[in-house]
Amino acid sequence: MQACVAVKYSMADYWNIAPGMENALKECFSRDAEADVTLEFSIPEKDFNNAGKGSSEVKNLLKRLGVDSEVLRRIAVASYEAEINVAAHSHGGEMTSLIYDDMIHIKFIDEGPGIADIAQAMVPGYSTADDLVREFGFGAGLGLPNIQKNSDALHISSAAGESTLLEFLVFFAQ
Amino acid sequence: MTLQEIITLLNAEVLGTKADTDCQVPCAFASDLISDILMCTKEPTLLLTGLTNNQVVRLSDMIDVVAIVFVRGKRPLQDVIEMAEERGLPIISTRMTLYRSSGILFNAGLRSCKI
Ligand SMILES: Nc1ncnc2c1ncn2[C@@H]1O[C@H](COP(=O)(O)OP(=O)(O)OP(=O)(O)O)[C@@H](O)[C@H]1O
Ligand SMILES: [Mg+2]
Repeated sequence: MQACVAVKYSMADYWNIAPGMENALKECFSRDAEADVTLEFSIPEKDFNNAGKGSSEVKNLLKRLGVDSEVLRRIAVASYEAEINVAAHSHGGEMTSLIYDDMIHIKFIDEGPGIADIAQAMVPGYSTADDLVREFGFGAGLGLPNIQKNSDALHISSAAGESTLLEFLVFFAQ
Repeated sequence: MTLQEIITLLNAEVLGTKADTDCQVPCAFASDLISDILMCTKEPTLLLTGLTNNQVVRLSDMIDVVAIVFVRGKRPLQDVIEMAEERGLPIISTRMTLYRSSGILFNAGLRSCKI
């Protein structure tokens, strides 16, 4: 009984590493370089007038830095989907973009209510989006699969009643 | 196909100013779901949609949208039209349904975008 309770309230972790990226990722975990540029944006709950601005600013900056256009598209799509998820499904949160010379690491941390079953949330078509969110054209249940598809590594840590951390990496060289 | 040809085929109205209707449109995608659009658009694409909120224009910051066709006589609010103008993104409105507009453009030779 106590074990069950402990399982229920411990944070669950989800990892996805794109095939062939394992070594690049290991190398990336073993270095302790500071990011060259850090950008922060707050993402208020259900603020669909501004949601997505953070992602478009990150994309603009990377474009000026000369990142390849296909890589830019992947970063922008993954970032936008994650930014919208914070606005649509959480009580609001923060987005932090860490830009290195060869990759970008973007972290989204929100104020809950968390994801009870991450594996289920990853299933294409699964969505708990409410009517307001659907009115904007969200709620296909394709956002998380889209983030997975466009990133080189994706990590989600969450639990029911907790905040959600979603972070992903994209390397600039393909 | 040029955007001007598309405007003629769909009997559409150009919204906002500064739109370049001579631009070439290589392919198209039609959907009312944002994630669906993001998943399927990897090349310069004409978007046909019934969505008229600001996020449909915001999308063009992330992916390469050549122009947006609002179907079934839908028109975005002025602030959304201005967002498109700021981006130099042509937006047009047709009274035809999503199905009919897509069918007409497809028959005229506008291919589906690669997904
Ligand atoms: N930050 C979050 N906090 C709480 N729940 C989330 C969060 N992100 C995703 N979820 C849950 O995971 C589900 C699936 O997310 P996903 O992005 O794949 O689809 P969606 O947002 O519902 O629709 P779409 O992204 O296609 O517009 C959501 O419906 C929601 O239940
Ligand atoms: Mg989503």
